[in-house]
Amino acid sequence: MNVREKASGDTLIGKRIPKMDAPQKASGKTRYVHDINLPGQLHAKILRSAHAHAGIRSIDVSQARSLRGVHAVITAQDLPFQRPIGVAKDHLPLKRDRVRSLRDEIAAVAADTEEIAEAALKLIRVDYEPLPVVATAEDALRPGAPALHGEDLVCVNRNGTTEVVHRAAPGNVAMTFDYSQGDIARGETESDAIVEDVFWLHYVTHCCMGVSGVIAEFDSNGNLTLYSNSQVPFLHRREFGELLGMDPGRIRIIQPPIGGGFGSKLDIYPFEPIAIYLAQITQRPVKLVFTREEEFLASPTRQPVLLKMRSGCTKDGILTFRDVETVHDNGAYTSWGATTPFVMMQTISSLYRVPNCNYQTRAIYSNNPYAGSFRGYGNLQATFAVEAHMDRLAESIGMDPLDFRLKNAQDPGEVTPQGMNFRTCGFKDCLRIAAERSDYQRKHRDNVARWRDPDPIKRGVGMASMLHVGGGAKIYQSDGCGTILKLDDFAHVTLITGASEIGQGSETVLAQLVCEELGLPLSSVTVVNNDTDVTPWDVGVHASRTTFIAGNSAIGAARKAKDKILAAAAVKFDGKADEYDLKGGIVVDRRTGNGLIEIDKLIRSLHFSEKAELVMTTFYYEPPSQHQDKKFKGDVSAAYAWATQVVEVEVDTRTGIVRLLKVNAAHDVGRVINRLGIEGQIEGGIVMGQGYALTEDLIVDHAVVRNPNFRDYKLVTAPEIPEMDVSFIETMDGEGPQGAKGVGEAPAICVAAAVANAIYNATGVRITALPFTPERVYRALRGQAKPPVWDVGS
Amino acid sequence: MSATVDIAFTLNGVETSIRVPVTMSALEMMRDALGLTGTKYGCGEGECGACTILVDGATVNSCLLFAVDCDGRDVVTIEGLAANPLGERLRASFVEHGAVQCGFCTPGFVMQSHHVLTKSPHADAEEVRRGVEGNLCRCTGYKKIVEAISAAERVG
Ligand code: FES
Ligand code: FES
Repeated sequence: MNVREKASGDTLIGKRIPKMDAPQKASGKTRYVHDINLPGQLHAKILRSAHAHAGIRSIDVSQARSLRGVHAVITAQDLPFQRPIGVAKDHLPLKRDRVRSLRDEIAAVAADTEEIAEAALKLIRVDYEPLPVVATAEDALRPGAPALHGEDLVCVNRNGTTEVVHRAAPGNVAMTFDYSQGDIARGETESDAIVEDVFWLHYVTHCCMGVSGVIAEFDSNGNLTLYSNSQVPFLHRREFGELLGMDPGRIRIIQPPIGGGFGSKLDIYPFEPIAIYLAQITQRPVKLVFTREEEFLASPTRQPVLLKMRSGCTKDGILTFRDVETVHDNGAYTSWGATTPFVMMQTISSLYRVPNCNYQTRAIYSNNPYAGSFRGYGNLQATFAVEAHMDRLAESIGMDPLDFRLKNAQDPGEVTPQGMNFRTCGFKDCLRIAAERSDYQRKHRDNVARWRDPDPIKRGVGMASMLHVGGGAKIYQSDGCGTILKLDDFAHVTLITGASEIGQGSETVLAQLVCEELGLPLSSVTVVNNDTDVTPWDVGVHASRTTFIAGNSAIGAARKAKDKILAAAAVKFDGKADEYDLKGGIVVDRRTGNGLIEIDKLIRSLHFSEKAELVMTTFYYEPPSQHQDKKFKGDVSAAYAWATQVVEVEVDTRTGIVRLLKVNAAHDVGRVINRLGIEGQIEGGIVMGQGYALTEDLIVDHAVVRNPNFRDYKLVTAPEIPEMDVSFIETMDGEGPQGAKGVGEAPAICVAAAVANAIYNATGVRITALPFTPERVYRALRGQAKPPVWDVGS
Repeated sequence: MSATVDIAFTLNGVETSIRVPVTMSALEMMRDALGLTGTKYGCGEGECGACTILVDGATVNSCLLFAVDCDGRDVVTIEGLAANPLGERLRASFVEHGAVQCGFCTPGFVMQSHHVLTKSPHADAEEVRRGVEGNLCRCTGYKKIVEAISAAERVG
């Protein structure tokens, strides 16, 4: 092939590109943290509490310490300078004199084998003083309820001084949010129809197929290396530094490929500092891996929510107000679950145009498992309520539910009262296309007409839409991501990005974006994304931000490299840089399309010249978004993603079994970068949403998780999946990389809300609590269900 | 700590002998004693399929099988499919159809689908879905996995 022929490099954008790491994974060669073993490594296990709430009178570890093969046994007593972890810093990794949930860590062992470590745990004697259990948020709010964090948490600093690290939380209130726009009273007066419900959104958990695990190792200079599944390595590095009283610069986080994240690895959990302490004490590498049961008991949950909502509209279908109050069972400690109201309020205030809106919420301590961040981050819960009311209001004024939504849906250019600026917005297209492809309006009418038919099998269609950040979220000081890019003498690119790959396919998308700029094939790129000693800073994988933020960063670095190459071409061919372009590995003349020289040849001539230069660039992308002010107002994301999903269900009224038959999903994704990858994200998200709606239920009964295994915690399996039809609305976002917006969380958000509406459309019965198990549906159809009640005051 | 037994079996086509504790599972033997980490621990209770291996041609959850019960049998792990034509087609098909995200479930799915297609080379989508019912995947929503398996006969 000569230079001219090769110059016709086709675009990779929008193509079906297999993931770069897939061949390795499909042959079982990928090494997850569980598969890594370091020479001299010890195995650690954690002793957890036997009570959901108790004082600890004493812990006797003497027998455990003398067991052969045990290298260290630690309790809080051995760690005088322990610091708290978590979002509110209310959580000591090893508990001192009180346990507040069954997951609580009391002691830990490092031994030659896991078996010995287990045996040692059995030799530890703990003397508990049981305390009354606070089993629900309602219990926690009762007058006289035990205060779970009733005293200040005081820590001793390394210099001997003491410090209050967490203030007492009287009344068990861990966190509150209060948002308002407009005037609810005015909205009520203007309303012709008003509906009110109480909703209960249950506990579910991530169920990453790879259980949690970490390896900690100190070198002889006291530097720490962690093999960690963190989704936010740079933030955690700083936090570990604070915990350990060491310079974060001396902490290196290596991220082996991860067996699923979905938000669960956004916080530090006690097992991580515990492994570090054990490594520090033993001066050996320490590996700590959960069992599946431990994973169910001691990893975070999705935020359970009790939600009360009142909404109104005029008789011609204009929303007038929405008044929402929620109580979140925070569990024993505060992780990201407590902050999900940030996202919930966006949906409540701005998915549809609603001039008057109130949203108040409290996160309440209990002895239950604590809630973390989980794909969708409160949006599944908020959307469930909002979309139920869209259907109920439409029905009460006799309007078609699609028409009602179209009347109130946001348009491009809208700046909402919360300050979000919808520069691109494909919401109405999502609504129309999902409805059209599912024949929603006709089916919806026909199903209602069949409510009184004798046939026990009913069909229903239901619709729900969502709004989610799609251009990062300015939560931290910076929402940026760094890239280092080098082009070697063979025009092979090493793309060093701060953005972590957690299975979602970011590695491939970033490589595509770089190839697009540099006119190189995908095989010319190696992505390095898993070592904080090498990679530049990134705020982490959350808020569906990676394609958008890390994508823009990678493009920025690639453009700088391109500029440099074109400048060299200009010198060589005696023209101006903008007369040349890079295509198919060749420098081409823009005007004629003729190939001039292979890129690698040009780079070598730059390298081995008098100037002796390499092509290496860096770029840091910071999105043009704003922090919210104290009233939660501000344009927090550089772009917003939209979607509508229509589901079709079959309800067997004899058994209460609901089958999800079909999902028509329409997503405003800005632009499709990798069609194969984005379909996978959406299908996976839909099925995760299906689990939330129908099968998954972490049963927390009196602070005890009753079903910590896959036999009793039902994930959706292959025979149960619906037919999935996905449409992409390409709004070509001006700020997005090649026009793209984030999509990671979006597909999971609507399903449960749409299924609730579909069950109603099939049967005429509205169920306001999740999940829709056969038992719940069966009872509801017979008028025997106890709907959720608001018994938490205000 | 516990009693040990000497066993001998064919592992990925190679005669193998090893001394194992009687309490050890085949999964632990593969991963910890033999260094074959392609077989994954997802639950240890026979509920997720991440640990699927072939024993005398049938798929087994290796977490539920005692290592000693491998004695005298023909055992294949994901590593053993490297040179197997159907294994090769399945791997290629999983990659091409986007059936791999985090990849943690993938070796188990490849093993199970190898079994499904060996029994029924022209299995339709319904048979495939039933065939992999015991394998859990949290990432993909299964659609692309089923497509990959159904297409594996044609790939390559
Ligand atoms: S690890 Fe064997 S079935 Fe889950
Ligand atoms: S690809 Fe992640 S569990 Fe299947």
